[in-house]
Amino acid sequence: MQITTRELKIIQTSTQLTFNDIVGSWKARWGINRMNFKVEPGLYSVGKPDNNSPVLVTGNYKMSFDILRKELHGLDAWILVLDTKGINVWCAAGKGTFGTKELVNRIAIVQLEKVVSHKTVILPQLGAPGISAHEVTKFSGFKVVYGPVRAKDVKEFLKAGLEASVEMRTVRFSVYDRLVLTPVDLVATFKVSLMIFGILFLLNLLGFGPFGFIDFYAYMGAVLVGCVLTPVLLPWIPGRAFAWKGWLVGFIWALTVNVFNGWNGWTTVPLYSVLRALGYLLILPSVSAYLAMNFTGSSTFTSSSGVLKEMRIAVPAIIISICLGIVLILVNSFIKL
Amino acid sequence: MKNQYLKNVSTLKLKSDQCTGCGRCLEVCPHNVFRIEAKKSVVIDKDRCMECGACVKNCPFNAIEVKPGVGCAYAIIMGWLTGTEPSCDCSDNSGGGCC
Repeated sequence: MQITTRELKIIQTSTQLTFNDIVGSWKARWGINRMNFKVEPGLYSVGKPDNNSPVLVTGNYKMSFDILRKELHGLDAWILVLDTKGINVWCAAGKGTFGTKELVNRIAIVQLEKVVSHKTVILPQLGAPGISAHEVTKFSGFKVVYGPVRAKDVKEFLKAGLEASVEMRTVRFSVYDRLVLTPVDLVATFKVSLMIFGILFLLNLLGFGPFGFIDFYAYMGAVLVGCVLTPVLLPWIPGRAFAWKGWLVGFIWALTVNVFNGWNGWTTVPLYSVLRALGYLLILPSVSAYLAMNFTGSSTFTSSSGVLKEMRIAVPAIIISICLGIVLILVNSFIKL
Repeated sequence: MKNQYLKNVSTLKLKSDQCTGCGRCLEVCPHNVFRIEAKKSVVIDKDRCMECGACVKNCPFNAIEVKPGVGCAYAIIMGWLTGTEPSCDCSDNSGGGCC
């Protein structure tokens, strides 16, 4: 009988990010090539690790991998990259691709027991929704230690003897954290926005207009309120439901548009009729509310039960409000005909 | 300023009789929902729970229950439209900010 041994495959990587790495991350933030921003799953080394060096586990979204290795400057460590289909650790854990099965399999594929003499793997804490630590130990023999939430605390965590402080364990969602998430949502609205502009253009051709610059900036403002302003100002806007927060800021925007165009008491002839002004008040805040509601998916603290609860009220209200607004504006066009 | 979401919605349940006070839930919870009191885990602020399910998966004694789900409106809408369970799977299209 012959026993064949598989070769160990270890990929050397660096803690220095290149210009291309940084451009790649920036593009992903704007939704460009975001779903194909991946590294090959497997075992990587930074520095000169030996069989006592720590094993840090991450997903194969390149941004996740880059953020981790950047923080390991001056350390000798192994990085075990799971196949999460190019998705970040937390989202992949929610889906189960950053999961017990993939971790156990990947440990076997890279033959981790031949690389390190200890029996510990360090996982990012946000991988926990996909992993049953006790099951990993049962099937692989490796003990799971949950590290900090953020990669920048990894060094301190290792120094402290694999102890994470409460601060390291807590997810934050600062203004900056929220701001960097907004471009993807904004880019995602472009397609629908172009369709809306197309329809308005057709209505103009059919004589139901005129729809013009005021409609354009009123709508774009509502999109910016829902996709950017509400997420950035999130904790300071009164109320708790995201749709409500978006509606409130959107309503202020709609009032601003109307006041600016003559509905203010001191301009004798406003630029458009009262029907159109009311139409804006019904449509614009609803657009903002819908987009702000979708930011629940980007946020770090909304529960499924909570989102469902707000949607049961918000979705019908948004649909009714937009439909009424459209009717008012079309009726206004007909009267003018 | 602190981010707070809707009150009294989380489906988190902790069965105290099955809890051994091992502290795994404190380790994995991203929002400090648990604390150890008298050698047992207790829920100190249920309204901070986002139902991620990390505690449930990592409790070796099955002492925690939560209705798992994605806290993402876009995923829920897609679920309604396609008649499937909402999932974090917006990978195939450009919509939605999640994952």
